[in-house]
Amino acid sequence: MNARTAAAASYVRRHRTGLSVLGLSCALALVPLVLTNPWRLGILNLVALHAIAALGLNLFIGYAGQISLGHAAFFGLGAYGSAILTTAGGLPPWAAMPLTAAGVALTALVIGIPTLRLSGHYLAMATLGFNIVVHHAFVQWDPVTGGPSGLTGIPPFGVLGLTFQGETQQYYLLWGTAMAALTLSVNFVRSGVGRGLAALAEDEVAAAAMGVDVRRGKIAVFTTSAVFASVGGSLFAHYMGTVTPDTFGIFASIDLAIMVVIGGIGSLWGSLAGAAFVTILPHLLGPLEDYKDILHGLIVVVVLLVLPRGLIAGLVDLAKARFARRWSAVTTRPA
Amino acid sequence: MATAVSEQTLLTTSGLTKHFGGLPALHEVGFAAERGKVTALIGPNGAGKTTFINCLTGILRPDKGSMVFDGHALAGLAPHQIARLGIARTFQNLRLFAGLSVLDNVLCGLSAKAGDSFLEAFIRTPSLRHRERRLWLTALEALDTFGLSARADCPAGSLSYGEKKRLDLARAFVSGPTLVLLDEPVAGLNPDETERVGALIRQLRRGGATLILVEHDMDLVMSVSDHVVVLDGGRRIAAGSPEDIRRNPLVLEAYLGKISLTA
Repeated sequence: MNARTAAAASYVRRHRTGLSVLGLSCALALVPLVLTNPWRLGILNLVALHAIAALGLNLFIGYAGQISLGHAAFFGLGAYGSAILTTAGGLPPWAAMPLTAAGVALTALVIGIPTLRLSGHYLAMATLGFNIVVHHAFVQWDPVTGGPSGLTGIPPFGVLGLTFQGETQQYYLLWGTAMAALTLSVNFVRSGVGRGLAALAEDEVAAAAMGVDVRRGKIAVFTTSAVFASVGGSLFAHYMGTVTPDTFGIFASIDLAIMVVIGGIGSLWGSLAGAAFVTILPHLLGPLEDYKDILHGLIVVVVLLVLPRGLIAGLVDLAKARFARRWSAVTTRPA
Repeated sequence: MATAVSEQTLLTTSGLTKHFGGLPALHEVGFAAERGKVTALIGPNGAGKTTFINCLTGILRPDKGSMVFDGHALAGLAPHQIARLGIARTFQNLRLFAGLSVLDNVLCGLSAKAGDSFLEAFIRTPSLRHRERRLWLTALEALDTFGLSARADCPAGSLSYGEKKRLDLARAFVSGPTLVLLDEPVAGLNPDETERVGALIRQLRRGGATLILVEHDMDLVMSVSDHVVVLDGGRRIAAGSPEDIRRNPLVLEAYLGKISLTA
């Protein structure tokens, strides 16, 4: 009996990450049973779409220690790629998505090889510039992108004769993909490649001395994060049915980076929380919506001042500190 | 005696030259390290020791000269390629990954064996799981060897200075490298900790490791080295056994000054 509980405890300890992902997935699967309001489900669906992109971006910003203020461009390229291939191209969505992702990966590679020689502010500026160029292309290239009014009539996502329509079905598609993205990311950061990136984020010279190919690692993780964003973008296009250029401007990129930072640099669970926070916040503001940008910025500043490690890690730290204080108060109280 | 090349020689450099804006940091330096021996590289500050190490590890490109390690020419290789040939190093200023745990720091030392494939990492294939488990056991063993087991889960930044020095050593030795460059492993340590690191170096040498030791602590150099090379002003001014070096008048003048060598 004792041996059995010990074995169970050891199993839980060894598989805690996998079990956490499973637990979260089960909890999320039950949400549509409780939450039937389609408008609210719609907001959660947007959270899932942002989470997919934020998870990829966190690998680049959080683990590899780089910065990108241009990931909405990859999200947009994914959305436009799928939109164009399924409307003008007549391809089924399940075929358009990987084709688009491959194209975006190639784009990221071409952009990444020169720009990832930069770091810090310079890298931020270069990626921001890339986003502006892509946004201009969306607006100006009328015959292909539909110009400022964008593209409409994009079919919903479907695979194997199964079409995802309505908020509830979309919810399962989008959150299923987000949980898959979480699983992949969780696997990744626990691998040697993931450790290599964490090492180069701390010290490139030391990482190289351990045998980490710093340049290849940065380019590969940049490309990978672009593919995450592209998949999120493709699903976004099929979910909304329309795409317009303004969804993919530089402010969208900054929002993605804020999700990662608020959630906690290098915390995958934090990226989910960050995506939820940044997506839901404007809806909670209600009548204050006109002041959205100001409040948004203010909240980011406050979170970073009070919880510099992000929401999740920061709150855990606060709880630990509170608990430790109380504990020491109990144990040090004179008898 | 010129650099004798034999099959016992693991690393040789000849005519190694590096200038920084006209100033010679290294000039025609010949050097050899024998397998299974400790070769010390000494010299006053500014003698070119760090430049030499940086050339060997690919951080700097020498202007001239050759470096051959175990049959491979090192000139022109990137630092990670040199590391993957089996040359590990420690750093004078540590360069630990402060935010990572002690265990993860040591696991980073095994990067060359951890695989490069992103796809495999995302899917976490069974072969990757097995490999990770083996690496994990290797890392735990290294932590044990270097007396850091109790600190495995602490962030490296939270260690004491002596522990950090030992972690730097553990990170370099964990992969079982053919050659290890030790850049001032006891700088800043108190006598007890110095003795502890000295004992570790002797233990590693007995285990068959080939070491190049850059060090200021003459007691340590004299007690652990098989061969000593002396640099001054970017030139090799002497090479020989610790006993020879101790008596060499050039060395006494250039480096040791009037310090008595009665250690």
